[in-house]
Amino acid sequence: MRNIIKFLIILFLVLNSKSFAAENTAKFLETDWTFKGLFGKFDRASLQRGYQVYTEVCASCHSMKYLSYRNLSEKGGPEFSEAEAKAIAASFEVTDGPDSTGEMFTRPAKLSDKFVMPYANNEEAKSANGGAYPPDMSVLVKARKGGADYVYSLLLGYEDPPSGIKLDDGVYYNKYMYGNKIKMPNPLSDDLVEYSDGTKATQEQMAKDVVNFLMWSAEPHLETRHKTGFRVISYLIILTVLVYFSMKKIWSRVESKV
Amino acid sequence: MSDHEYTPSSKFGKWFNDRLPLLSLVNHLTDYPTPKNLNYWWTFGGILTFCLITQIVTGLVLAMHYIAHVDHAFSSVEHIMRDVNYGWLLRYVHANGASMFFLAVYIHIFRALFYGSYKAPREIIWIIGIIIYLLMMAAAFMGYVLPWGQMSFWGATVITNLFSAIPLVGESITTWLWGGYSVDNPTLTRFFTLHYLLPFLILGLVVLHIWALHVPGNNNPVGIDIKKPSKDTVPFHPYIVIKDAFALLMFLIIFAMFVFYSPNVLGHADNYIEANPLVTPAHIVPEWYLLPFYAILRSVPDKLMGVIAMLSAILILAALPWLDTSKIRSAVFRPLYKQFYWILVADVLILGYVGAMPAEGLYLLIARIGTIYYFAHFLIILPVLGLKEKTLPLPLSITEPVLGGSPNLAAARDKVEKIS
Repeated sequence: MRNIIKFLIILFLVLNSKSFAAENTAKFLETDWTFKGLFGKFDRASLQRGYQVYTEVCASCHSMKYLSYRNLSEKGGPEFSEAEAKAIAASFEVTDGPDSTGEMFTRPAKLSDKFVMPYANNEEAKSANGGAYPPDMSVLVKARKGGADYVYSLLLGYEDPPSGIKLDDGVYYNKYMYGNKIKMPNPLSDDLVEYSDGTKATQEQMAKDVVNFLMWSAEPHLETRHKTGFRVISYLIILTVLVYFSMKKIWSRVESKV
Repeated sequence: MSDHEYTPSSKFGKWFNDRLPLLSLVNHLTDYPTPKNLNYWWTFGGILTFCLITQIVTGLVLAMHYIAHVDHAFSSVEHIMRDVNYGWLLRYVHANGASMFFLAVYIHIFRALFYGSYKAPREIIWIIGIIIYLLMMAAAFMGYVLPWGQMSFWGATVITNLFSAIPLVGESITTWLWGGYSVDNPTLTRFFTLHYLLPFLILGLVVLHIWALHVPGNNNPVGIDIKKPSKDTVPFHPYIVIKDAFALLMFLIIFAMFVFYSPNVLGHADNYIEANPLVTPAHIVPEWYLLPFYAILRSVPDKLMGVIAMLSAILILAALPWLDTSKIRSAVFRPLYKQFYWILVADVLILGYVGAMPAEGLYLLIARIGTIYYFAHFLIILPVLGLKEKTLPLPLSITEPVLGGSPNLAAARDKVEKIS
C-alpha cells in the first residue's frame, strides 16, 4: 500500500512538472503571483490597476469578448462597486436594436453587455495591425504555454535584436516570443498610465498588474476553486482516515493483512 | 451465477424474487467469494467503475449547456466556465476525469499483465476489457474535439486523415466520416452524438466484463486456482467493499488535487485558442494517454503501414492469452517474465515520451526501437519464454506458506512439474 501512495504522489509531481513538454526559448522572468498556491487569491488593487492598463493600453487592439461589465463587480474579481462598474460600462457605446421603427441605434453599455470589441471583425483587426491578428485576451493566459509567467516575461522581453538578425518593418524582437519575432510593438513604458491609487506606474508594475487581470479573466472562479479544493481535500483526507480504521477493524476478523 | 440457492426471508421478497430474481443477484454480489490476498492493484476495477459513472453524470450536465456548432462550441464552453453554476467544476472534473480514467485503466491493464489475469479461464473477460479500452479511446478522442480549440480541430484532422490511408476507398471513407470535404460542422455534430453514445456502450460492456469475471472468480497475486468459498476467500461485502472504498478515496485525493489546483496541466494550452482552419499549430499532439500509440504510428515511414502498426499494437493485446504460452499466471513465480514485464513498462513509457516530441532525429530512432521491441515482446519473447522459463514452485493454496519451510514444498514442486 505504501508503494501505491508513493506511486500516486510521484505521478502527480511528474505530471505537474513543466519539464514534461520542455521546449522553450529563454527562462521566464519570475515574480510572486498572489494567486498561486493552496490558498492563492487575487490582489484586488492589482486587478483594478490591471483593468486600467487593459482598457487604456491593450483594449485599443485586443478584444475580450467573453467578459461582461458585470464581471468587474463580481466576487473574486477586481470587485469594483456596482456603481463603479455601471459607470465603466456607461463610458462605452454599443449598437442595439432594431427599435420599433426597425432602425439600429447606439446606447451606453449596461452591466449585462459584453466588453466592447475594438474592431468590427477579424479582417478589420488584421488590416489595422499589419496583417497580424491581435488575439482575444479573455483566456489568453491559459492559451499560452507558461501561462502568467510567459505573458509577464513577454511584456518585459523586448530587446534590440542581436547582430545578424534582420527584422522587417513592423516586426520587433522579443526574447520570450516563440521564434523571437513579434508584430506587437512594445506596449508598455514607464508612466504610460496614471494609477489613481498612487502606485508608481513602472513597466514591471504595469506588466504585473495587467497579467494579474488577465489571469483573473481566464479563470474568474480561481478563488472559489482554491477555497472549495481545500475543503474537498480536507474532507477526503478525514474520511480516508476513518475508512482506513474501519477497514482495519473489519479485516482483523480474518488473519490476512491489509 | 451463484452456486447456492438464496431464499428471501420476507414473504413479499420471496414473491418478488420468484418473478424477478433481483434479490438473488444482490445476494450473489454481496456474498461473492473473493480471494483474501488481493492487493491494492486489484482495487482499480472499482475505481474505474467510479470514473465511468462520474464521466457520465458530469457529461450529462455539461451536455445541457454545450452547443455542438462550430460558431458556438468554444464560446459555450466559456459560458460553462464563467456563467453556469459550478460549471467550472463540472468541466474540470470531466476533463481531468478522462485523464484519471486512463490512468486507472493503464494500472488495471498492467496489473492483469503482471499477474497473468488474461489466461484461461479468463480470456473473455480480457477481450471484453480490450474492447472497452478501444471504445474509451474513441470516446476520449471525440470528447477532446468538442471544445473546438486548435488541438481539437487539428487533432481531429490528423486522426480522421488516417483513414485516407486505406487503399481505394480511403478518401471516400474520410469524406463520409467528415460529412464533407474537411473537418467542419457536420463532423462536430456527429462527434458529439457519438461521444454521448459511447459511454453507454462502455457501461453495457462493463456489466458483461463483471459478469464474465463472476463466472471463474477473481485471479489473485499468487495466480493459483482456489476453492470457492473456502478459507482462502472472503465475502465481497464488507471485506472488499471497504478496501475498494479506501483505495477509491486515496485516488480521489489525487483526482481532486488535479481538479482544484492544476486543472489544465494535463491539457494543451493551444486548446484555449478557438479552432482556426487557416492556422496550423507548431506541434500537433494528442492527449497524453494516446501518446505511446501516436509514437508507434509515426515511427513507420509509410502512412498505411503506420496505421496498421498502431491498430495492431492494441489488437495484439486481444491475442495475448494465446501468445503467452506459460501455464503459470503470476509473475511472482516467473523470474524471467518479471524482468521482461518491467522492460515492457519502460518501453511503453519511453514510447509515450517520444510521442510528445517531434518525430525527427534521435526521437524517431528511439520510437522505432521502442515499436520493434513492443511487438517483439508479444510475438517473440512471450511465446518462447513460456516454453523455456524455469518457474518457481507454486504454493497449493493462498493460506499455505509461499516459499521454503513449508511442509508441502515437495508437494508444491510436484504440482508445478505436472503443470509445466
